[in-house]
Amino acid sequence: MQFGIFTVGDVTTDPTTGRTPTEHERIKATVEIAKKADEVGLDVFATGEHHNPPFIASAPTTTLAYIGAQTKRIILSTATTLITTTDPVLIAENYAKLQHLTDGRVDLMMGRGNTGPVYPWFGKDIREGIALAVENYALLHRLWREDVVDWKGRFRTPLQGFTSTPRPLDGVPPFVWHGSIRSPEIAEQAAYYGDGFFHNNIFWPMSHTQQMVNLYRRRFEHYGHGPADTAIVGLGGQVFMRKNSQDAVREFRPYFDVAPVYGHGPSLEEFTEQTPLTVGSPQQVIDRYATMRDHVGHYQRQLFLMDHAGLPLNTVLEQIEILGTEVVPVLRTEMAAGRPAHVPDAPTHESLVAAAGGKRDATVTAVDDVTGRVAEETADETTAAESLR
Amino acid sequence: MSRRTLAVVSGGLRQPSSTRLLADRLAAATLRDLEARGVGADVRVVELRDHAHDLTNHLLAGFPSPALADTIDGVVGADGLVAVSPIFSASYSGLFKSFFDVIDADALDGMPVLLGATGGTERHSLALEHAMRPLFAYLRAMTVPTAVYAATSDWGSEGADGDGGGAATGLTRRIERAAAELAELVAARPPREAADPFAVPTPFEQLLADGELN
Repeated sequence: MQFGIFTVGDVTTDPTTGRTPTEHERIKATVEIAKKADEVGLDVFATGEHHNPPFIASAPTTTLAYIGAQTKRIILSTATTLITTTDPVLIAENYAKLQHLTDGRVDLMMGRGNTGPVYPWFGKDIREGIALAVENYALLHRLWREDVVDWKGRFRTPLQGFTSTPRPLDGVPPFVWHGSIRSPEIAEQAAYYGDGFFHNNIFWPMSHTQQMVNLYRRRFEHYGHGPADTAIVGLGGQVFMRKNSQDAVREFRPYFDVAPVYGHGPSLEEFTEQTPLTVGSPQQVIDRYATMRDHVGHYQRQLFLMDHAGLPLNTVLEQIEILGTEVVPVLRTEMAAGRPAHVPDAPTHESLVAAAGGKRDATVTAVDDVTGRVAEETADETTAAESLR
Repeated sequence: MSRRTLAVVSGGLRQPSSTRLLADRLAAATLRDLEARGVGADVRVVELRDHAHDLTNHLLAGFPSPALADTIDGVVGADGLVAVSPIFSASYSGLFKSFFDVIDADALDGMPVLLGATGGTERHSLALEHAMRPLFAYLRAMTVPTAVYAATSDWGSEGADGDGGGAATGLTRRIERAAAELAELVAARPPREAADPFAVPTPFEQLLADGELN
């Protein structure tokens, strides 16, 4: 079972001080947060992707590579990568590069994004959201698995004899999760490929999460990837902790009340009852999250949102410390109890390499299989031929 | 006797409310007409006032409270709907609109709907036609031709007393005509089956193929 944190990279005014961090401060804070997560033994750091203020979450692979250079162990992931509006060729290249730089500490979560204008900004139509996710991922899947791809689709220019570089590290593509809150089609997509399914349930009642996860599990089995209880499931979470639960509530309430997304809406009490948000003592968090598997079955990844709504960096670092030292060690033990041996952990680079029968250098040198000539020679000849005309 | 369910959504704000009164009259007349056609019906009344905070919370947070979710399921799963709003500032009330804003855009597809509205004077009656009916047209609901408007003065006029003896334009006659139109639609259709998108997903091969066909 993996535990980690995910961030949306919002630049939000601290409502208790009225101070808004600069982009620079927030970007640097994100790195500190990820380093802290690594230090306290969390397994995953995932960043969102946004292309508009008040977010600093654009260029995710730049952030992740920088963090990767300063951490040793933590898996670098996304929550989510916009498979709808990002060219799948660029995703293939960027994340394969990140794999090499971090020695395989990479996986990704595909998502459609929740900011309407992003579609037109990148020349796409939001009404095609599902179709874009389906087609773009189908291409990405091939780009990581086939050295030379001929491809034609609706949403990008065709490819002839295209090789995405670098090739995936050790010949093994990064593991992919598909995140969706409401769309059965995405659960179906994850099941079809045997990829992971992540339900970001932080704003949703558990009954809904259960429906989506059950659908994914059922279809995972249908597509022959194994029994439903071996499907790879991840959940979102959101917590704020202090030794005394009243202190946690008192400190978090001003942030909750005006938070982006749910501020000015349900009360803290309603929201904690209806969603996984837990504000209280570490033990309360343990008790709450230990019951998640009662709803969705034994699962593989639990991510927590810790650094939003204007919470100051020091507070966030304290929260991650509590999470990593007091909560997660206990949850690891609790989640392991009663977990059947055939329920797998989330795939990692190492496990995927082992499953593929060991490391394989996947480097493609630019030799034409048919003529045995390298690309540079062909280009030189073409240039020479043109100059003769 | 086959059975149907009739949902009644009342957007009145006061208690007692003339909007609720009109909604109840429309529902009762529909039930009588259905019964005459050999169709029994269960009625589920939704007073939007009771859900006003939950509706705002849903708009802001993006998910319904358990109570509101249950209410929405009840309405979209019904076989017919009586929807009544007070007319405020030339249109249905904001609370009424909020309810139809938070349900899925296709949840009322094909739903037989009887429209009603209340207001201080009959000068606002066309709000039913220029505001309320287009809302339900957008939702692809099947609104019955007669929409019923009750002005304050209607409650004291001849024909409003339920004996059916009033003039052709009296409130009772309008209610009975509209209810008969709704009952005919509801009785003619099989009971609505709630669509469960989780039960039978579109197979992935189909999703891939859809892309290629387009």
